Amino acid sequence: MFRTNRLHVSGPSRTVRAVDPSAWQPVADREDADGWLPHGTGADRRLPHQEGADGRLPRGTGAGRRLPHGRGVPGPLRTGYMLARAGFHRYATYRQAALASTFTNVVFGLLRCSVITAAAAGGGGMAAGYHRAQLVTFVFIGQGMIGTIALWGDTELSDRIARGDVIADLLRPVHPVLTLLATDLGRAGFAVLTRFVVPIAVGAVAFGLYRPHRWSTPPLFALSLLLAVVLAFACRYLVNATAYWLLDARGAHLAWSIASTVLCGLAFPLWFLPRGVVAVLWVATPFPSLMQATLDVAVERGSAPLAAGMVAGQAAWAAAGLAACAYVQHLAERRLVVQGG
Amino acid sequence: MAELAGTVRAYRRLVAAQARSQAQYRASFVVELTSSVLFTVVDLATMVVMFRVTRRLGGFDLRAAFLMAALASACFATADLVAGNIDRMRQRVRTGQLDTLLIRPLSALGQMMAGDFSLRRLGRLGTGLAALAVATSYAGVAWTTGRIVLLPVAVLSGTVFFIALFIAGGTLAFWWIESGEAANSFTYGGREFTTYPVTVYGGLLRHLFAYGLGFAFVSYHPSLLLLGRPAPLGLPGWLGWCSPVVAAIALALATVIWRVGIRHYRSSGS
Repeated sequence: MFRTNRLHVSGPSRTVRAVDPSAWQPVADREDADGWLPHGTGADRRLPHQEGADGRLPRGTGAGRRLPHGRGVPGPLRTGYMLARAGFHRYATYRQAALASTFTNVVFGLLRCSVITAAAAGGGGMAAGYHRAQLVTFVFIGQGMIGTIALWGDTELSDRIARGDVIADLLRPVHPVLTLLATDLGRAGFAVLTRFVVPIAVGAVAFGLYRPHRWSTPPLFALSLLLAVVLAFACRYLVNATAYWLLDARGAHLAWSIASTVLCGLAFPLWFLPRGVVAVLWVATPFPSLMQATLDVAVERGSAPLAAGMVAGQAAWAAAGLAACAYVQHLAERRLVVQGG
Repeated sequence: MAELAGTVRAYRRLVAAQARSQAQYRASFVVELTSSVLFTVVDLATMVVMFRVTRRLGGFDLRAAFLMAALASACFATADLVAGNIDRMRQRVRTGQLDTLLIRPLSALGQMMAGDFSLRRLGRLGTGLAALAVATSYAGVAWTTGRIVLLPVAVLSGTVFFIALFIAGGTLAFWWIESGEAANSFTYGGREFTTYPVTVYGGLLRHLFAYGLGFAFVSYHPSLLLLGRPAPLGLPGWLGWCSPVVAAIALALATVIWRVGIRHYRSSGS
């Protein structure tokens, strides 16, 4: 064991400079064989970590293609851009997993949609201010968002902390939070093309979706979705970061998965709950900003200024979340004891 | 006979070893047990929340719907305790750990259930059974001999049915390693489906899940009998007694799928 005190290079250079290729390889590419990367059925797939530092991607993402150099992207953003691309390619490699998850989201969408529309039918066609088409849209976009904002099952960072692998992240010249955020944005980009659009398309075909009436809704929705991705990233980061103190973050992960399932608007629109409870959730917790806000923007519940207000609230939570990540990371680096060795 | 006794002893040791090891980390265990309880509570609460916007769901009031939900929850929780860990099949296949089980003189399936036995799921089971007790009294079930027999039969059959689903779902890993999550559509999705009255679902979904896959026999038909209600879709009442048959068929099919899968298995190659 050895104790670290800010092992990674500090100072302004770490965020912006294009660095040598091995240094900016995303965290994920160092995943060990016990991680979730499939290497199962034999030699047909090479693990990313088996690749040399020559910047080649695993097969299935365009075998042997050099990683992009991000030319044309302004200097300060280039590292982030390349990390995001790497994140996109990493998840694009596991198409079978994406397909299976999407299938599950679609099935749950069909089931939840039946239940919620039956509830609305029993309540005279409206439920908590939503009419049928709005509820259908709410449910299917919600199912599409699970994978897009990666609500559950991200234990990568806490596993790396528990194993001590996190030391490699701290040695890199890019701030760990920014590295993971950029990678996560790339991941979300791939998820939007697969896990987001499929449930929505199925919902549109099977039930018919709500069409927005205001021109401002589509751009506001896109912004809201992006903020939800960033906020979800921050929340997951904080949950994972408890491993710096606890080593075993299972309790934190479980608490997160329960709370996020029921409080963010996935299981049912939060407006089904008593007004007082909803008000407390909106003001005091980030959960409604993860999903309910984006879904309300999509189905135009409330006026345009209210929608803009909800997105502003999301922006505030996302900013606060990232600030908290940076602060927690700072604290963690001061007390980190690297396991093993 | 002696062989059977030996087998039973071996399984008992495997389960006991798991229980002992999980009880070592007290704080973790308490957290996991609590969350296991909460998961069940949250499921049932979600169903109850639906009744905040309507008085009737699929033609049933809260009392009847809660009985169905609680029955489904108790069945799922018991199955989850016994077989929920078959979810880990894909990790075993991917890492080649399954080979370790195959070279031992016990059934691989049995070892997987016993060796990955998760004590925390007792929380889910306890909550499910408690909810069922509350639900039967809340729904005002008029107890007759038939209904007193029916309730445990329904719980057992539903449990066996979900166990069959867990086995069949886990077996997918033999063919599609990273597709384990698709099986969740039928295990966790099945729990979701059985939580609500079948009348909630329309057309294709009802035909496929309720009668194609047999989910209507887990909680819906037995609950109708317990409540002494005719089935709204014009189906005969005795269907409530058919759940053991459906469960037996499901288990037989799951066993066949498992057998085919394990013959198909060619180790991970790494």
